[in-house]
Amino acid sequence: MKINKENNVYTVIYAAVLVVLVGFILALVYQLLRPAQLENIANDTKKQILAAALIFPTGDETVSDLFEKHITDSYCINSKGDKLTGVNAMDVNMQTEIKKNADERELPVFVCDTEKGTKYVVPVAGAGLWGPIWGYIAMDSNGKDIYGAYFGHQGETPGLGAEIEKPAFSDQFRGKPIFGSDGTFESVMVVKKGQEPAGRSYVNAVSGGTITSQGVQKMLYESLSPYTEFFKSLDKR
Amino acid sequence: MGSIRKRLEPLINPLSNDNPVIVQILGICSALAVTAKLQPAVVMTISVLAVLALSNVIISLMRKTIPTSIRIIVQLVVVAALVVIVDQILKAWNYEVSKQLSVFIGLIITNCIIMGRLEAFALNNSPFESFLDGVGNALGYGIILVIVAFFRELFGSGTLWGYQVIPQALYDLGYQNNGMMILPPMALITVACIIWVHNRKAK
Repeated sequence: MKINKENNVYTVIYAAVLVVLVGFILALVYQLLRPAQLENIANDTKKQILAAALIFPTGDETVSDLFEKHITDSYCINSKGDKLTGVNAMDVNMQTEIKKNADERELPVFVCDTEKGTKYVVPVAGAGLWGPIWGYIAMDSNGKDIYGAYFGHQGETPGLGAEIEKPAFSDQFRGKPIFGSDGTFESVMVVKKGQEPAGRSYVNAVSGGTITSQGVQKMLYESLSPYTEFFKSLDKR
Repeated sequence: MGSIRKRLEPLINPLSNDNPVIVQILGICSALAVTAKLQPAVVMTISVLAVLALSNVIISLMRKTIPTSIRIIVQLVVVAALVVIVDQILKAWNYEVSKQLSVFIGLIITNCIIMGRLEAFALNNSPFESFLDGVGNALGYGIILVIVAFFRELFGSGTLWGYQVIPQALYDLGYQNNGMMILPPMALITVACIIWVHNRKAK
């Protein structure tokens, strides 16, 4: 039988069958692979939290085991520094939290036990050039200095903005204070190489990734400032 | 021998004589975006290779049934479905690679080489020939990507595949990385230089 490829009825039926078929295949693939994907995403989050506290998986240990071992406690606080009950820190989506007013946010804290003492890991989230960027900042037990940082992004330009996820960028944050000499919250500035803002803590931006670097600076300021009371309370402990 | 060479033509031609990037000037947009470093360029080549070879074969198998008036839409549906499936599989089985690939996966759908080959070749040829054509064109595209990325990474960052190759001694003498090489316009100029050399040779 010779098919008449110009026939309208044939065309409409062909399109309908094709779309339904492809839709079915995609739904099937999604359903089959979803559990494995969710596990990967959870593991990846744990890995990022550990990376901020400068703990990296070494071959034999799985990420979940490491997480169990080092993360001794996790909870959510509000901007006054009080603990919230009934909220799982792992379930909080920082990208939606930063859209709320500072005093309405649920702020996750992961208490991490490292060889160099207790560190407090907090998530940060913001926007880069093309899409969301995020990260985890590990604070020293005095609540003043950054112990380690991890940054991630969804689709920043490879070789330019995407360089924020490399250790070459995030390692710069180690030891940077986020409070000024008078004790006010100042965050960390991300400035072009060569610039040195007086009296402020800063790191070098990614060359060619100006918008992404500015995004990191804004993200740090806006995500960390609601933690101010919490960080200050750490110093008094 | 002659007949084997003739049969392999769809595979060999796109490598140089009929190269999609430097002769047909297709796929320039993604060639600019991913060639600041070698590694993304190679990863992009592999992704395009997989999608182009598969979609060429699928469209070739369907070619006798596709209604003429909606053939472009059918091609788009096939390419988009393939890209989504590849993305989902990577997310489930190799999360690390999928994180690196995320931005490229989207770029593959917009790559004009893919639609170009489906329209120009797969619609009129057998699945096996279409497969060869897909592999050949993806490799032809990849060669250019790698050459451009090699020069851009070497002069722009002083590294190759992320490893420092320009010795510190040279920097001490006052050598500096050329920041302009990282920016997209230099990819265009590098591609133009390759076209120049290629045209001179072809004469």
